[in-house]
Amino acid sequence: MASSEIKIGGLGGQGVIMAGMILGKAASLHDEKFATLIQAFGPEARGAACSAQVLIDDDPILYPYVVSPQFLVTLSQDAFRQFAPELREGGVLMFDEDMVTLGKLPPSIRTYGLPAMRLAESLGRKQVLNLIVVGFFTAITGLVSEAAARAAIRDTVPPSTIALNLHAFEVGFAQGKSRLADKTN
Amino acid sequence: MKPDSRGLLSGRLFIDGDHACAEGAIAAGCRFTAGYPITPSTEVVERLAQRFPFVGGTFIQMEDELAASITVLGAVWGGAKAICVTSGPGFSLMMEHLGYAAMTETPVVFIDVQRGGPSTGLPTLPAQGDMMQARWGTHGDCRFIALCPSSPQECFDLTIEAFNLSERFRTPVLLMMDEVVGHMTERVVIPSADDLDIVPRRYTDKAPGEFKLFEPRDDLVPDMCRAGQGHRIHLTGLTHDERGYPVLNADTQDRLVRRLADKIERNAAQIVRVEERNLDGADIAVVAYGITARIAERAIEMARAQGIQVGSLRLITAWPFPTERLQRLASEVSAIVVPELNLGQMVLEVERVVAGRCRVISVDHAGGTVHLPKQIHAAIESAAREAGVMRLPLASER
Repeated sequence: MASSEIKIGGLGGQGVIMAGMILGKAASLHDEKFATLIQAFGPEARGAACSAQVLIDDDPILYPYVVSPQFLVTLSQDAFRQFAPELREGGVLMFDEDMVTLGKLPPSIRTYGLPAMRLAESLGRKQVLNLIVVGFFTAITGLVSEAAARAAIRDTVPPSTIALNLHAFEVGFAQGKSRLADKTN
Repeated sequence: MKPDSRGLLSGRLFIDGDHACAEGAIAAGCRFTAGYPITPSTEVVERLAQRFPFVGGTFIQMEDELAASITVLGAVWGGAKAICVTSGPGFSLMMEHLGYAAMTETPVVFIDVQRGGPSTGLPTLPAQGDMMQARWGTHGDCRFIALCPSSPQECFDLTIEAFNLSERFRTPVLLMMDEVVGHMTERVVIPSADDLDIVPRRYTDKAPGEFKLFEPRDDLVPDMCRAGQGHRIHLTGLTHDERGYPVLNADTQDRLVRRLADKIERNAAQIVRVEERNLDGADIAVVAYGITARIAERAIEMARAQGIQVGSLRLITAWPFPTERLQRLASEVSAIVVPELNLGQMVLEVERVVAGRCRVISVDHAGGTVHLPKQIHAAIESAAREAGVMRLPLASER
């Protein structure tokens, strides 16, 4: 089986790398698959554009870079502009609908938006934005299991924030399930 | 001996190669580093700085790479296992102290997480352009041991191996990582203490006055002595006798420099490690190392799917070079393909060793990213076609 290619793009500080870390860890340590995370990273990375590339596979991963993502998450307009053209045919785009105005996309691309930042603010802590995104991603793609994602969150975030982060995951997960239901109805 | 289990994070982690390297150092008993930050190696030292307080280690932030490398050597003579971590530009600055470590037979591990060069080059992007620097970078005639991990797991495993070899042969050992392996995050399994073997420093049991710091045993390796137990020692970068005092003449030079080389070369069978895949009956072999070896496996899969009999020999030790194995391989295959993230370095050694027994094809790359598998595949395909061992039509002909 070929690797599932995932790219998450946004701004430094949004927790893009942490989101990739949790997905990779969920697949690799809790779903017993293989996963590789690469962070795109220039000397200018802090506060500017940043992205995480995650590969998930049933077999060992040889080529560690995402060439043409099937699954793209964009949390900033720049990330959308830069990465949307890389999406492969039939790919899935997830985006923060307050941060990203969708441009023209091929008809085969399925899109799912959520107000990630607004939801994070409603939980009282903007920093959980990325966990909302991880929940949304898990629901939409099914690439990592719910149980694995929760386990990865528990062993990644600071202990005092586990409950809040798991709650953020649930909020994003519920959003994802409801978007999926909207599309199928 | 077994490592101190208190320092081990036994279990399964999802960490990058730099962090895995730091955990390998701690597992091997390393308790000292002095560092000067440089991308893409900084995370190794960051993790050591974070972890050392919990395992009784010491980290010192230095003013530059020269200070870092000589401080690390001082720590070794004070009794610590110590590591020195850098990338290309820092590696260049440390060459003098690497030679000093070889001359004084200081067991120490140097890590170079290779990035694009020359000079400042590409700080955040990969290359494998320091492979010959590892071999020849310091002045004078000496031999080094250099290992090349191709995954975060191997960054852990080979850092332990590097420490073990450094103690076994009382010599500096180089871990030649690359930016991709250093910054790539994957599953890393850290075994329990019972499943790891750590080579302790070989200390003399001779009394002060009877012990000579540079008197070799039969394996050409001299013992060390513990600091603070009454031994008066003299360490110098000058050519020295078995007591360590300068003797500046041709006879002493010949004896010392030959022994330093021989202790690596004559013990090469204990040091050299390669990983072989699909070489039985292969017409073509790919010789690669580090991240490029993984990319090459993808190219090999593509070629084997076409019916080309191609296998791989991965260099785990770049130095000493697996000369005998390569010579045997060269008489069994029609071509050896050598992809690497430089304009052709280890391929020179392959050519030297193969000495015309088969074709050698360089697939060079200036660095900044890795090869595309199809670039390596194209070289395999053309080698197979030239050798007349294509068993199916080329992809482009179907």
